[in-house]
Amino acid sequence: MDAIRLTIDGQEVGARQGMTVLEAAQSAGIYIPTLCADPDLEPYGACRLCVVEIEKMRGLPTSCTTPATDGMVVYTNTPAVNEVRRTTIGLLLSDHPSECLICDRKERCQPFDICLRNVVVTERCVTCPKNGHCELQEVVDYLGITEIPFRRTTKSLPVDDSNPFFYRDLNKCILCGKCVRVCDEVLGVGAVALTYRGYASLVATFGDKPILDSNCVSCGECVAHCPVAALMPKKAELPTEEVATTCVYCGVGCGIYLGTRDGQIVSVRGRRDGTVNNGLLCVKGRYGFDFVHHRDRLKTPLIKKKGKFVKASWGEALDFVASKLKGYKSDEVAVISSAKCTNEDNYIAQKFARAVLGTNNVDHCARLCHASTVAGLGATFGAGAMTNSINELRDAGCILAIGTNTTEAHPIIALEMKRAVDKGAKLIVANPREIDLVRWSYLWLRHQPGSDVALLMGMMKVIVDEGLIDQAFIDERCENFDAFKKSLKGFDLDFVERTTGVPKDKIAEAARIYATEKPSALLYAMGITQHSHGTDNVIATANLAMLTGNIGKPATGVNPLRGQNNVQGACDLGALPNVYPGYQAVADANIRKKFEAAWGCSLPSSSGLTITEMIDAAGNKKIKAIYLIGENPLLSEPDITHAREALEKLEFLVVQDIFLSETAKLADVVLPGASFAEKDGTYTNTERRVQRVRKAIEPIGDCRPDWWITCEIGKGMGGKGFDFDRPSKIMDEIASLTPSYGGISYRRLEGSGLQWPCPTKDHPGTPILHTQQFTRGKGRFIPLEYKPPMELPDKQYPLVLTTGRSLYHFHTGTLTRRVEGLNVLKGEGTVEIDPEDASSLGIADGEKVKVISRRGEVVARAKVTEVSPPGVVFMTFHFAESPANMLTNPALDPVAKIPEYKVCAVRIERV
Amino acid sequence: MKGRTKSQKPDLTKVDKIVSKYKGEEGVLISVLQEVQAEVGWIPLQAIQRIADALEVSLGQVYGVLTFYAQFYLTPRGRNTIRVCRGTACYVRGTKANLRAVERILGIKEGETTSDFKFSLETVACLGTCFLAPVMMINRNYYGKLTPGKVGTILKQYS
Repeated sequence: MDAIRLTIDGQEVGARQGMTVLEAAQSAGIYIPTLCADPDLEPYGACRLCVVEIEKMRGLPTSCTTPATDGMVVYTNTPAVNEVRRTTIGLLLSDHPSECLICDRKERCQPFDICLRNVVVTERCVTCPKNGHCELQEVVDYLGITEIPFRRTTKSLPVDDSNPFFYRDLNKCILCGKCVRVCDEVLGVGAVALTYRGYASLVATFGDKPILDSNCVSCGECVAHCPVAALMPKKAELPTEEVATTCVYCGVGCGIYLGTRDGQIVSVRGRRDGTVNNGLLCVKGRYGFDFVHHRDRLKTPLIKKKGKFVKASWGEALDFVASKLKGYKSDEVAVISSAKCTNEDNYIAQKFARAVLGTNNVDHCARLCHASTVAGLGATFGAGAMTNSINELRDAGCILAIGTNTTEAHPIIALEMKRAVDKGAKLIVANPREIDLVRWSYLWLRHQPGSDVALLMGMMKVIVDEGLIDQAFIDERCENFDAFKKSLKGFDLDFVERTTGVPKDKIAEAARIYATEKPSALLYAMGITQHSHGTDNVIATANLAMLTGNIGKPATGVNPLRGQNNVQGACDLGALPNVYPGYQAVADANIRKKFEAAWGCSLPSSSGLTITEMIDAAGNKKIKAIYLIGENPLLSEPDITHAREALEKLEFLVVQDIFLSETAKLADVVLPGASFAEKDGTYTNTERRVQRVRKAIEPIGDCRPDWWITCEIGKGMGGKGFDFDRPSKIMDEIASLTPSYGGISYRRLEGSGLQWPCPTKDHPGTPILHTQQFTRGKGRFIPLEYKPPMELPDKQYPLVLTTGRSLYHFHTGTLTRRVEGLNVLKGEGTVEIDPEDASSLGIADGEKVKVISRRGEVVARAKVTEVSPPGVVFMTFHFAESPANMLTNPALDPVAKIPEYKVCAVRIERV
Repeated sequence: MKGRTKSQKPDLTKVDKIVSKYKGEEGVLISVLQEVQAEVGWIPLQAIQRIADALEVSLGQVYGVLTFYAQFYLTPRGRNTIRVCRGTACYVRGTKANLRAVERILGIKEGETTSDFKFSLETVACLGTCFLAPVMMINRNYYGKLTPGKVGTILKQYS
């Protein structure tokens, strides 16, 4: 960071090496008019408004493309410069509505209905939604323009209102190209381009189609960057207040501002400083918050009487729950907590289970997504979490993305990967499906679903055979290498090629790139974890990273991308049957004593049941009552029919949710929780960053924060230590008992949050794990063998079904199915099927088909696409109308107890 | 993209052939488009998808280039291209009447193609042969000192 000093308008200004003159001026608070420059985009130099005079330079250079140099003398506001600017802006205004823009009465403007000038409405600023925060207005005011010296034309193009979230009104477009550039440079989508020439120039989609019919992903970045009103959100109400908080959808944990007006959420925008997203958002994060005010929100507690829900008061409902739960023995009850809820909610839920109900039967949906990560990375490294940070990815030399459809499930991380590729990183995508990431990839390994261990072991064999291992790292930092090396013998490349379906030279090339183009980062998600050998898959990724020394250093590591906004936190805070907060084992007598002393009660010593075991135990009546917070197992469990039968056998089911979910309909008591916008707390994102969630509006109806509800039930049952009046105090208790959260307090979380481990009050947090030594001491290599999926296609069920996610929906759709616009973009579940399979079955694109497995059948629309390879069909699990989990196989990983969502055998029939 | 008639299917194999030569290269978009147009006669929308995929650029970018240059056609072209000059010299010597004659005989307007794909009709600013004004060009042949009466006979030669 070399300091440069330059003089702008007589003022001495400091700048960093690499800054442009425009950036230097802006950082010093000097205004230079511009319409096309943007901090997120490469300098473009199109609008010609930022021209300046620079001593010893010819002509009028554009300040946005001129690098600042030491000793430069710049004038931004001279007659020559402004003359050019006036001409430019005059040309620009000649086909832009401008009556108000250049009105000489605008200082004294009256309400527009009594405007003295006889001007049509479309030519006025005062009827424009951008009035008052339009960049064009700002420039015109700066230049003091009162007349346009050119012939005026009007475009009168139809407004494109096809997208559910924004309008495209090209009559107001000034052709700055920001939307085109952000879509291409930042998103890599390229939905729009500058087309035609001269006066006919237009920002258009391919074939001039409505934006909805293009490959637009509706992220709204173009809308956020548009300087005028050409791109406007359909909900354009201005907020009176903005609250900095964290997005509620995926595990990326983007920072957002929730804008409110009259107690309603009216706007969302990305937070730029100190956040993982640098201001960028995906379609859900920007437009997906209508659910908060949805008419379906639960507003009062409900108690089921004679098969019907009856409204109840909090006192009545809480007393009823407490008295009923008191009647069960501790091994007859279970608590299912929620990865959607805050850390504080989860801490209280597990404390309630352990201290009040006296059981370790507490679990949450991490069981269904990343239990194998916790088990596999725990065994190899000692900590089951993302080892590195999201913003390091851009510096990687190689990124291996296996079993992650990042653009759909973690869109903002995908942008980081794209940035890395732009900077020269080689992206290797290992995925059976031709996902969007394949476009950016250097190499695509299309392996068979469930053959990940074979693929990764094959790569490791190449690395060992060709001497590409990091011997020093292995000797110093790891153990058990020889035993592991022996297990590689079983993976000669012919076997690997047969098993995975990937040509062996491709496997070898991938291995060489990963081992040599350091630093190499490995990313994975549920394509790795959701298998009956998910733990083995995870161990394989860990082995690969250790083998090449790609761990404990910047831009390397093994990076599981967590699904839910707070699934990391729910695990960290002990909503798991075998550990207390901070992964402290319940079996360890010393740890148990610590918690007994802190909570003032005796605690059970044996591990509890996992979520899948709880469902089974409910089915054979060993578990009689369940207190379930914010989960929807009737869509998320594998083999839903079985799950429904089991839950129906419960004597007492309490469901705490913000909507009457499929599961809540079965409940005896429903308690209305507050949504993320209505409470304070913290989430821990996938890179272990603990971030604040802040209350933006008052709870809807009679909703209450989840921690409050659980505390009240706890107190009602005579529990001690539930007298919290605000969540910051819960965090203080967490910090006192959880070493990795030891230094965390709300005061320290202001700003960008903290990455655990953060053991002490002055610890800055840990962006990279295992830098000096592994959490468990030495990194442990674990020998592996290939195990096929539990259910393989046969004559009766000849196709493999694999499940996944869509960008436009989240999890079981409880939230996103209630956002109207998202359902316009994707309103129903589809079965993706390869054209070959489709034609042999006689299925046409868009036709309704029946998908049948050994466990059930669903009807969905066929989408004939080459994205799925022959023999493999794909469904998302968001849609209650076509619930993919009616079909999935509940076969469990023996260690992590995670079900095999990613592979089961099905057949498809025409309806 | 809607499927077009069967007769256009072989075009795409030609497109694939051209595109495969340039796969993954940078800065070749215009050359590829020119080659495709020379081979196919126009640029079908399906071809654009293949070109975009092979050159790793977005559909929008290709579309931007295609619409910027007048030389690229997004609709099928006739086998013969008629260019009627509208330059100053031709204009004063009555090219308008010639253009109307062509339009009347072929039943199409400027910028259109006959339904049998025999002719496409365009106007151009100058053909550089003002001494022959008014001029019309069909494919690579010039027809100077043109009168509406001659138009019919000339067009017949191309039938």
